[in-house]
Amino acid sequence: MLQILKTRLHQGHRTTGFPVQLPVLPERYRGRPQLDAAKCPDGCGVCIEACPTQAISTDGGLKLDLGKCLFCTACVDACPEGAIRYTQDYRLATSRRTDLVIGNGELRLAQRMSDELHRILGRALRLREVCAGSCNACDLDTNVLNTVGWDLSRFGIQFVASPRHADGVLVTGAVSRNMHAALLGTYEAVPKPRIVIAVGACAISGGPFRDSPDVLNGVEGILPVDLYVPGCPPHPLTILDGLLRLIGRIHEHAT
Amino acid sequence: MNGGGWLTIRQGQAADLSKIPALAADGFADHVLAGRARGGRLANLFGRRVSADTIRLYAFLAFDSASRFEVCTTDVRRGPEAQAAPAYPSISAQWPAAQAFEREIAEQFGVHPLGHPWLKPLRYHATDDGSPAPWGPFDPNRAIPGDYPFYRVEGEEVHEVAVGPVHAGIIEPGHFRFQCHGEEVLHLEIVLGYQHRGAERLLLHPNATRSAIVAETIAGDASIGHALAYCTALEALAGSRVSLRAAAIRGVALELERLANHVGDLGALCTDVAFLPASAYLGRLRGEYLNLTLEICGNRFGRNLLRPGGVCFDIPLASAERMRQRLEGLRSETLEVLDLMFAQSSVLARFEGVGALSEQQADEIGLVGPAARACGCRRDVRCDHPHGVFQFSHIPIAVETTGDVYARAVVRWLEVQRSLEFLLELLGNKPGGTIFEPLGELKPNVMAFGVAETWRGEAMHVAFTDAAGKLACMKAKDPSMHNWFGLARALRGMAISDFPVCNKSFNLSYAGHDV
Ligand code: SF4
Repeated sequence: MLQILKTRLHQGHRTTGFPVQLPVLPERYRGRPQLDAAKCPDGCGVCIEACPTQAISTDGGLKLDLGKCLFCTACVDACPEGAIRYTQDYRLATSRRTDLVIGNGELRLAQRMSDELHRILGRALRLREVCAGSCNACDLDTNVLNTVGWDLSRFGIQFVASPRHADGVLVTGAVSRNMHAALLGTYEAVPKPRIVIAVGACAISGGPFRDSPDVLNGVEGILPVDLYVPGCPPHPLTILDGLLRLIGRIHEHAT
Repeated sequence: MNGGGWLTIRQGQAADLSKIPALAADGFADHVLAGRARGGRLANLFGRRVSADTIRLYAFLAFDSASRFEVCTTDVRRGPEAQAAPAYPSISAQWPAAQAFEREIAEQFGVHPLGHPWLKPLRYHATDDGSPAPWGPFDPNRAIPGDYPFYRVEGEEVHEVAVGPVHAGIIEPGHFRFQCHGEEVLHLEIVLGYQHRGAERLLLHPNATRSAIVAETIAGDASIGHALAYCTALEALAGSRVSLRAAAIRGVALELERLANHVGDLGALCTDVAFLPASAYLGRLRGEYLNLTLEICGNRFGRNLLRPGGVCFDIPLASAERMRQRLEGLRSETLEVLDLMFAQSSVLARFEGVGALSEQQADEIGLVGPAARACGCRRDVRCDHPHGVFQFSHIPIAVETTGDVYARAVVRWLEVQRSLEFLLELLGNKPGGTIFEPLGELKPNVMAFGVAETWRGEAMHVAFTDAAGKLACMKAKDPSMHNWFGLARALRGMAISDFPVCNKSFNLSYAGHDV
């Protein structure tokens, strides 16, 4: 008993002050990429070539699809002009798939769920997680929000065992053919109104497994998505920021 | 010396394809079993289509104490009549270690391992040419587990418990079928395949970044381990070696990955037996180790750190010193909590004697990693087949003998201590050299492989080139391919309520198994 108390004393209080205090991320952390199309010479497309998931396009100006991006540095390393760089901004979640395609301008971050939904789900959100063809990293960094360091339940958000007790599903993975039926079944078991959250490049677009015949390239077109959280995997902070925007606990915008 | 009919090979070497001994298909199983009699461990067994009607099988035996592998092949072909499926006598019939591997071959190519004691799908997909598997053609509309013929125990008061693919917690999908008599589990059958993403084919993707990331996402919590085996295989094909500095950074990342996972799993074991103080502290400490990896390469799982040819991020002297200091602090915090955990009789009582496997069972099943070492098997790639930094710094093998949840926990505890010591030393003296050299041309018509001791055990990547020196085939094996069968076996005779701790003590990869 004494040993337990002593260890307790040594371990101290460890829950992050987020969102009141903003965290300091290490220098090498790769957050939202920033584009500067003005630097692009005519007809250059080395970043398009370099990108492993065809996240970059140049028709109608330089565009990067955060829903496909694996935050891998290939484009940054390839670009001779320094037109693409990473910022430390961990805020990446959006409400609409199209908002994930960024150009020179700012990123339109996720909005609070509709008033009607918010009245029913906003103060106590119960989620059923469904892992559907992931590598397990997105699941682990979602699960980590339940540890003392993050203490997700203080925001009224909880992961539950049964879809019947849930208000929505949080999906990870590229949606393997072999999980398609189970994903639909789980979603159907969630009482209406219900929400869908797609976490990670796989769930949004197939990620590294995009266009493999064994996956369906994520939840797009399978379930109606309310929140997109890009990354490979997204940092827990990115996931938490997205969830808090969805329930209206954070509203300020990226600059 | 090998027994004849085998090619001796080490990881990181490239072998001419023509030098790999080819056996007749009907003598293949006996030949492999003779290798087992000489002390070989089945490290890999897979097929590769070499022509429209020929599948070439490769068997890899590891002779761990002699630091070498041996490989041989056989060709299986369609029979003279058009319908006769390719077949060969099964190895699993006499050596259970081959069971999953032969099911994979049957599922991928429609090859029949004749006499396989329990032939059934492994990952639920069609064969590569659409030919029927031994259990019939693939029906994409049939859900797994569907009308699958589960092993059933009949009798009064015998009941069946089915869970999954979607489980209670935030974990990967799999289906578990327990045959129980009261609380006692008479039999557990595990059905996987839900995470099948077709990763192996994508390892040949022409975009080199894409294929390297696929290697990292075969099992996301073992990104570094898989990337290491993958890079070693490709570097061997090109005949190149990375600098000592790059090798040291890879070693740092591999041990940080082990620390994060072992610490996290020990915490999860505490959760399962309701010792919540240690579960909370270890859950947080796991994050601290992930954050060190984040500091090195900008990603908590070590993505984009390893690439064929070296590493993409250096650890400058000043950061190495900072990391060393943080690790010093983390060491005392971690070890204090682990001491606390292993001093609780209420914790130990739930671990001891639960889910035990004997050394002989471990050998028959072909267990690897901490699960094998917990049964007294001395095998650890870092010592047995040292490559990179492990050629210069040695980590002693941690073994236990009781083969139960307790032993698996103790092995991980010991490995936490040893990885910490290893890291503190390595970060103190980082060698010189450039961190990255692009790979040159790959040699034509060769095969090479890399093995890495991930925190779960041996991951293996085997790579082949064609006559033009282009990558022709990649084969990725996660340690879970060996160990899932061990978990099923370990549950026999246990109470069904022992499943969570037992499962956690193995903590196998669904994604790695399903690829
Ligand atoms: S960082 Fe994103 S956009 Fe750039 S190359 Fe990698 S995946 Fe493509």
